[in-house]
Amino acid sequence: MRAYTPKDNVQKKPYYTDRYWVAPQVAKHDVSSDEVFAHDLDAIKAKFEVLDAYIQVDQMVVIINAADNFAVIEMLKNEREYNQLSEMSAIDWLATEGKFEVFYQMLSMSKRKRLRIKCKIDEKESLQSVEKLFRSADWSEREMYDMFGVVVNNHPFMKRILMPDDWEGFPLRKTYPLQGDEFAAWYEVDKIFGKEAREIIGPENRDPARIDRYDTERFSRLGHEVPRGTDITNGEPDTPLVYQEPEGVFLIEKFDAEQSVVISDRHR
Amino acid sequence: MAQHQVNYLKDGGLPVALTTIDKVVNWGRSNSLWALTYGLACCGIEMMASGASRYDFDRFGTIFRASPRQAELMVVAGTLTKKHAEFIRRLYDQMTEPKWVISMGSCANTGGMFNTYATVQGVDRVIPVDLYLPGCAPRPETLQYGVMMLQQKIRRESASRAQKPKRLM
Repeated sequence: MRAYTPKDNVQKKPYYTDRYWVAPQVAKHDVSSDEVFAHDLDAIKAKFEVLDAYIQVDQMVVIINAADNFAVIEMLKNEREYNQLSEMSAIDWLATEGKFEVFYQMLSMSKRKRLRIKCKIDEKESLQSVEKLFRSADWSEREMYDMFGVVVNNHPFMKRILMPDDWEGFPLRKTYPLQGDEFAAWYEVDKIFGKEAREIIGPENRDPARIDRYDTERFSRLGHEVPRGTDITNGEPDTPLVYQEPEGVFLIEKFDAEQSVVISDRHR
Repeated sequence: MAQHQVNYLKDGGLPVALTTIDKVVNWGRSNSLWALTYGLACCGIEMMASGASRYDFDRFGTIFRASPRQAELMVVAGTLTKKHAEFIRRLYDQMTEPKWVISMGSCANTGGMFNTYATVQGVDRVIPVDLYLPGCAPRPETLQYGVMMLQQKIRRESASRAQKPKRLM
């Protein structure tokens, strides 16, 4: 019999895991199965050290040393017709390997082939910028720095791109909490009012869906409004929508439904 | 013969209306609510629809202005990010007194579905809010009703006393 575990908070922690479940892997094929990629790989291997290379979903993945990244991409652009850097970023493997994986997704318009260059760097290690080769790397590298803290050398404007300049922490790292650390939680209060206002404004309400049906201090039910603080545990009266004060508004004529004309003939 | 027919039996025989300063000032304020265009996200689309011909906010005197100096109503329509929080506060401070704020939609009210590090969990953490509109996004009718509720609120206020500036803290 399986040991009993409390199941009252199942959303927080999965209480059942399949012991025989294996994460599906995308099949890796040998590079020699594609003629075009095989030539490209030979060209890279002639000049640089290649740690691993395979074909996944019709795209070649080449894993190189991080120090070679600029030279490899320069060669692919100038000699192997990979003329577009469609995407680049990093992946956080700090927990398992203590490293970031940086990938460059490249496209050759003439060969109709996509190629991915990957390299791994340590947390404090920096990388050579490829902004000189591809302008698209300008913002991508800034975003990589903003989200992961991967510093890129020789970048013309190495600055945060999405988060504020005075932000602390790198939000896309696995160790960064989704709802923010203490700096993030008080960021707007500290910046606008100062730290001494924290006690007055109070912590963030991180459960915005929490609604107390009978709380008339903070909530009102549309069409059933009552004065603030009224006890409505025994039900509340209907209050029809009132667009104006009942006694009318100064200088504004109230709409009279009796005297209005309803046009029934739309072709009039 | 007088050019305009004067009803001498009404209002003491004079073509005048007697009222109080409060009522005249509040009538003017409530019927010329100039709003700052503050579309931050998808609620901004509904706010634009409210200003366009079908719902036609101009007939309420609500005209969207692009400058905080000319606006007295701020409709915060959309998600307020932490990066933008200081700018909304600065724009609010630049608006002339008296001023009012409508928080439009779930994101502006509470942060809504964006329960993340980058979103302010309710604009009332930064600026004082007069009216919260529920919805994701609220339909233009909701905004229209909200503006009319705000007009009622303005008419209830006393115009003759010095306006006490609203302070969050």
